[in-house]
Amino acid sequence: MKTKILPFIFISFFSFVFLIFYKGLKNPNIYTPNLNVEKNIPIFKAQIFQKEKLISSEKIFKQDKFYLFNIWASWCIPCREEHIFLTQLSKQEKINIVGLNYKDKDENAKKFLSELGNPYDIILSDKNGTLAIEWGAYGVPESFLVYDNKIVKKIIGPINEKSFLEFINLLK
Amino acid sequence: MASLIGYYSLIIGLFCSLLTIFYSIKNFNDNNVIKKEVLFFTFLQFFFVIISFLGLIVSFIISDFSNETVFNHSHTTKPLFYKISGTWGNHEGSLLLWLLVLTLFIFLFLLKSNNQPKKYRILTLAFQQIIITGFFIFLIKTSSPFNYIFPIPSEGLGLNPILQDPALAIHPPILYLGYVGSSIIFSSALAATASGYISKDWAKHIKGWVLISWFFLTLGILLGSIWAYYELGWGGFWFWDPVENVSLMPWLALTTLLHCILALEKRSILTSWVIILSIATFTLSMCGTFLVRSGILNSVHTFANDPDRGLFILIFLFSLIFLSLFIFFYFHKNENKNFKFFLLSKETSILVNNWFMMYFLSVILVGTIYPIFLEVISSEKISVGPPFYTKLIVPFLIPFLFAMAIGPKLKWIKSEVQNKINLIIFLVISFLISFLILKNLNDNFLLNSILLTSAFYLFFITTKDFMIKKIQNFSQNLAHFGFSLLILSILLNNIFSTEVITNLKIGETFKSKNLSINFQSIDQKDEQNFKSLIGKFEINSSKDESIILKPELRIYNQPNIITSEADIKISLLKDRFITMNSVQNQNYFNIRYQVKPLMIWIWISVLLISFAGISSFIRKIYEN
Repeated sequence: MKTKILPFIFISFFSFVFLIFYKGLKNPNIYTPNLNVEKNIPIFKAQIFQKEKLISSEKIFKQDKFYLFNIWASWCIPCREEHIFLTQLSKQEKINIVGLNYKDKDENAKKFLSELGNPYDIILSDKNGTLAIEWGAYGVPESFLVYDNKIVKKIIGPINEKSFLEFINLLK
Repeated sequence: MASLIGYYSLIIGLFCSLLTIFYSIKNFNDNNVIKKEVLFFTFLQFFFVIISFLGLIVSFIISDFSNETVFNHSHTTKPLFYKISGTWGNHEGSLLLWLLVLTLFIFLFLLKSNNQPKKYRILTLAFQQIIITGFFIFLIKTSSPFNYIFPIPSEGLGLNPILQDPALAIHPPILYLGYVGSSIIFSSALAATASGYISKDWAKHIKGWVLISWFFLTLGILLGSIWAYYELGWGGFWFWDPVENVSLMPWLALTTLLHCILALEKRSILTSWVIILSIATFTLSMCGTFLVRSGILNSVHTFANDPDRGLFILIFLFSLIFLSLFIFFYFHKNENKNFKFFLLSKETSILVNNWFMMYFLSVILVGTIYPIFLEVISSEKISVGPPFYTKLIVPFLIPFLFAMAIGPKLKWIKSEVQNKINLIIFLVISFLISFLILKNLNDNFLLNSILLTSAFYLFFITTKDFMIKKIQNFSQNLAHFGFSLLILSILLNNIFSTEVITNLKIGETFKSKNLSINFQSIDQKDEQNFKSLIGKFEINSSKDESIILKPELRIYNQPNIITSEADIKISLLKDRFITMNSVQNQNYFNIRYQVKPLMIWIWISVLLISFAGISSFIRKIYEN
């Protein structure tokens, strides 16, 4: 009896794998930024950069404001490119910039900020990269525009002139 | 002209395949010798594939841009060496190379298996010809390397500069020898199952093929890894990229198979394991080809992709899987159930090794293909990175290393652990050493120290065996010694690597507590197909004398791509590694300086491991 069941299991398993691969072939493999309209932000607790203290997400995003949740690291070269836009945005009243320092050494991150300036209202530390996963980030840099605890827009890769102007428009 | 010859040779090669299959079927039941026709057509096929391959190489050398493959991947200013290596630096050419090795191996197999039963030989040939036919059709139909373009372009598009590298020029051929070697094991295992020849004799005969594919696979992975280390500018050697994973999975299966073959050869046990692993090794290689070539995953090795290709390999792959499932379940009779495994015996330790290996293999398999499953089922996109693999693999490494230290000491059937006091003394020494090395470390002290203890333990035990036993079991001792050295170097390298990332302009100096990096000057040089900017950095650290490092930025003309070449100061204890990158529109350069301890020992240990494979092979030939 046993010998009859085993081949059956194997065959159905491999047929299933075949089907998945077959469907997977039709999916485009290039990651395109998709608009996660009205998706709630995750609820989390995170360590504040260079402090032992933990802060909860409700406290960070409590104001009636736009928040730009920006994932960055000192080792990430494109982060340097987008930094200038972040600095400009930080001068805007209606937006708070929340930084998530991703898999970084505090020392290097500090150097990065002292060299290029600190546009962030608050910086969270994500030493092992789990928080970025909760946000569903693909990599560094990545930014989420948050309003009323919802993700309004998601930018994969560095913020460029185009997305910067879009932000400015939204803030008007 | 060369392309035309190449193309028609391929067609003739395909016909040889069909003729060989035809004659093998005819020959199957008549007498005890293989007909001359079968041998003749196998040779003829090999010959025509060589002609075809040479045709492509010649097209590349003379820069014949009427050939689409040459046009897409070559350029007149490229050095001759890279014109030739460009032949297999692309999808079409590499498949032709794959086919070349397939036909070469089956020809060698027929020559070298004279003393084996005829039915088994004919069946192996038939299965191998099925694979070869599949590849012929794939090549001719979806990815012909000999497509003609008109009007003839005057210049080619050039080879991707990161592929213009000596290690990478020989990486594909070596790796393919390993992958394709596993196809012989696959066909032979199916043939042996179908003809009821799974036995000690078969194990003895196929062991050589296992060793040779294992040797090339190990070496191929090593070359790819060395290349990634100095060319990609990350300073790492393994990124858990899907493509690296698909080469590691067949390696794990093959390594396990190597151990099981021993058990089969000596004790006629683990037959199901051997068959399944033989099938799995090649299926995993093919699965890797599918994942990489179909473009279902994004990676460095993704060539311009075309859904037809993916579909073809997918159907082909699963036909092979279903064929092998059928043969396995229909023909394979379970081994003697009365066989008793004693807890302390070589058999048990091989089984333990098998299960650990299968666990590592499954982790990697899941990590590699899970994103595809998730995307299809829930259209969510994720990427699985190093933390996943570290979390799931590292803890299990500890018992694995201890088992590896004890296992090889056990004898077949039933055994006892000897020299218990010795073993305990070594354990204490290993723990003390790990403690001393790690005592200044804050995070993860417990896990790291246990891990390091197990690695040192294996290292000492294998070193001792290596010294005492010398010639007896030389290959096994060498391989295990190499493996312990590898794990130890990787661990220490991981724990003690340091890096500095900073932006500097010419004349500036970066200073920290015990390190200063001075950016002295920058030089320009014109080469045949690129311009290069060479930075000159003086590095002073409190521990060592000062050194000068010269990383390079290369601006290739065809295609127009900037690559960064690391400069590495290699020493026995540590590598000092520097890369520079330009920062857009600024006169600053982004500098990445890393100190990586024991890097060279990682390479040396893998070389030792692969050398163990070849030494065992040579010994096998010598014994015959």
